[in-house]
Amino acid sequence: MSNAISPQDSTFDPNVENQIELKEVEGLSQNQIVRRRFLQHKGAVISVVVLVLITILAVTSVGFGSWTGWWKFVPSGQGATNPLINGGAPSSVHPFGQDEAGRDIFARVMRGTQTSLIIMFSVGLIATVVGIVVGALSGFFRGAADSLLMRFTDLIITMPVIVLGAVLGLMSGGNNAALFGAFLGLILWPPLARLVRGEFLSLREREFVDAARVAGASNTRIIFKHMLPNAVGVIIVNTTLLLSSAILLETSLSYLGVGIKSPSISLGLLINDYQQAFASRPWLFWWPGAFIVSIALCVNFIGDGLRDAFDPRQKRIPSVRKMARARRIERPLPSTRPTDGTGAAAEPSTP
Amino acid sequence: MFSFISRRLLAGLGTLLVSTFAMYLLVSKSIRPFEDLESLTDGAIKAQRIAERIEILDLNTNPVIRYFKWLGNFVTGDLGVGWRSGQPVTSLLQGAVASTIQLVAAATVIAIILGVMIGIVSALRQYSSFDYITIFLSFVLYSLPAFWVAVLLKQWGAIGFNDFLKDPSLSPLVIAVAGALAGTAWMLAFGGTARKRLITFGSAFLVTVGALFYLQLSNWWLQPNLGPVIILITGTALAFAITALTAGLQNRRALGAALSTVALGLALYYPLKPVLREVDSWLLVGGLAVLTIAVGIGIGYLWGGPDRGVSARSAAITAFLVASMIFVDKVMSIWPAYLKAPAINGRPLATIGDATPNLGGNFWVGTLDSFTHLLLPTIALVLIQFAGYTRYSRSSMLEVMNQDYIRTARAKGLPERTVIMRHGFRNTLIPLATIVPIDVITLLGGAIITEKVFARPGMGTLFIDSLQHAEVDPVMAYLVIVAALAIIANIVADLIYAALDPRIRVNA
Repeated sequence: MSNAISPQDSTFDPNVENQIELKEVEGLSQNQIVRRRFLQHKGAVISVVVLVLITILAVTSVGFGSWTGWWKFVPSGQGATNPLINGGAPSSVHPFGQDEAGRDIFARVMRGTQTSLIIMFSVGLIATVVGIVVGALSGFFRGAADSLLMRFTDLIITMPVIVLGAVLGLMSGGNNAALFGAFLGLILWPPLARLVRGEFLSLREREFVDAARVAGASNTRIIFKHMLPNAVGVIIVNTTLLLSSAILLETSLSYLGVGIKSPSISLGLLINDYQQAFASRPWLFWWPGAFIVSIALCVNFIGDGLRDAFDPRQKRIPSVRKMARARRIERPLPSTRPTDGTGAAAEPSTP
Repeated sequence: MFSFISRRLLAGLGTLLVSTFAMYLLVSKSIRPFEDLESLTDGAIKAQRIAERIEILDLNTNPVIRYFKWLGNFVTGDLGVGWRSGQPVTSLLQGAVASTIQLVAAATVIAIILGVMIGIVSALRQYSSFDYITIFLSFVLYSLPAFWVAVLLKQWGAIGFNDFLKDPSLSPLVIAVAGALAGTAWMLAFGGTARKRLITFGSAFLVTVGALFYLQLSNWWLQPNLGPVIILITGTALAFAITALTAGLQNRRALGAALSTVALGLALYYPLKPVLREVDSWLLVGGLAVLTIAVGIGIGYLWGGPDRGVSARSAAITAFLVASMIFVDKVMSIWPAYLKAPAINGRPLATIGDATPNLGGNFWVGTLDSFTHLLLPTIALVLIQFAGYTRYSRSSMLEVMNQDYIRTARAKGLPERTVIMRHGFRNTLIPLATIVPIDVITLLGGAIITEKVFARPGMGTLFIDSLQHAEVDPVMAYLVIVAALAIIANIVADLIYAALDPRIRVNA
């Protein structure tokens, strides 16, 4: 009486949920699974597109360095002031309007966006590199190196980032976005280092690390070839979240007057300059804010999508419709076969 | 335990020394003490002024030696002076600390209560529209720059509300929209079948619209009050809600205890008036609050029964809330006079500072005045913190509700209320309890932006202004306070974690 219940007979089968999940990942490599899961997160995909568009717009419109770009007005310096059109309100010539000096707001916002993006990427670069190096070294070597590095991490965590950022921002002089970003990177790495350390502590006990060591691999090789690729999910997700806090930190510091300073342009600085004009020229205030919010929101959504993609623990419950469809499928799904087989084999003694 | 605390405190002291040393060097490197002199054109005067300043600030000495000089003064209790104003740092700090604590305390409590509540409801309705809306909103709030929100609040909140008070009337359309929004929010939060949703929507809509019409007709905006009737209705509703959450409505004794506290509060409403008029300090208000809670507990015990503790708890919470309503009612009764005061001139919501200068008046006027100054900065802080707490409590609750002991609790037939409140909710709070102290301390030092936008003379403003004016002593005093509080908060968080979760051993 081999009576293993086949899924199509029962009205409710808890296995259905697992089957859906298995079917989604069957025969795919880890990278393919991650990519597929990420692409299923609509918010994240839309955010990637929006962020790329913002970047392209910011870079090509007002140009970069000596290149002037396709936009006809310049953000600052010589020739930035133009006659006011329609009192500076948004018009077909100046889509984002003008400030009281007649400067084109679109050009200024684009330059500010560039600054924010530069800072975001240099923060990301520095913080990720430092965080990974510190975390990996202390997680891999443990012992004295670990306690020394972790005490150092604690030391930096003691100070709120905005306080450290204010001091370092003042120190960077306020006219070099990349340097300011690098400074911010130097204070934002500790959370990442702690996570990487935790990941390395558990990875180094795994069999494949032992196998590599027995095969004669050097420490460097083990770290770079065997452990780092396995910790990449944690690193990517947290770097993304770090980027969104970096952009908010930068704009806040510039707003307070201890970050980017005039004549350079930052979105936070623009809001600080124009907040008095809110009642009379609200567009001066809205556009920089809208760009900060959209960049931060996009980065946050991308981070969320990446977490869903990398973290198998955060299982998504399939929708009711999907469950019903899976239940209707006539033939048993491949994943149920082994269960049936062992079920039958485990009952040899039954008469 | 003792050895753990002393070890951590010692290590903390070491961290503090190293971090102040590093910060001293960084601060002396970053400040620009001569920035304001650079515009001077006369070379001789400029050189003389710079020389004076080098003398005042002792700039010819190596910063490392300056640090040890500063440290020597600091440990003997001399915190130095802000050299531009000549004021000693101790007097600068006094006002600033009080102002910041006022701001942070209210904001944190509100953010935690709201955030945890919404996060938990959102977790219980995972993948519902309420959940999706909450996640999306918390993402948006998370991505908002604090200063931007604060400026918006100033423009719309303060100026808009003050303009509204000139002619306080809401159009029926606004009332209907508000009702529909409230109805939708409650409907999504409660969920259930289509019929239940419709009922929730309808009742929330009617209650909101009715309340707004009442406010309109009774000229409430200019003469706000709660009065015995509103206290009776709200109090009874609160008594039912709190009993439902903490004890379950089938526990008649708990319900009775909660309702009798409401009755007692109402009975005392008029006799309390002369007493409240005499109140003149926050200490007394705090004492009255403790007394109220004690009375609530007493009433719960008098109702007795096999589980007095549960009745006492419901009664105490209800008593506290009813007493808060009486307090708010008293504060509101000052409103008409406050509006007419010459210093206010009919525009009560303030956008800068933490008190109206030259206002005069007694304790209650001062309280109302500090409330009107606190309202907007508090909203700004709550909006930003709230997102974090919502996300955190949601994920924490989701994790707890997937544990085996929840399944066991359900399997042994406990009502869903007990499963959620006793098994789920309590365990959700454990990880939260460890981040709250750290958050509060970070906020104490870090409400810099909010304080700056609203020009509140708090710690953050003190720090950022002193840093920009190249005053090292106030900056260092601030940094020491922030770092010391952060170290203590970390130790407290560890201790709380160990106390709440027996699996963690502090001595290990």
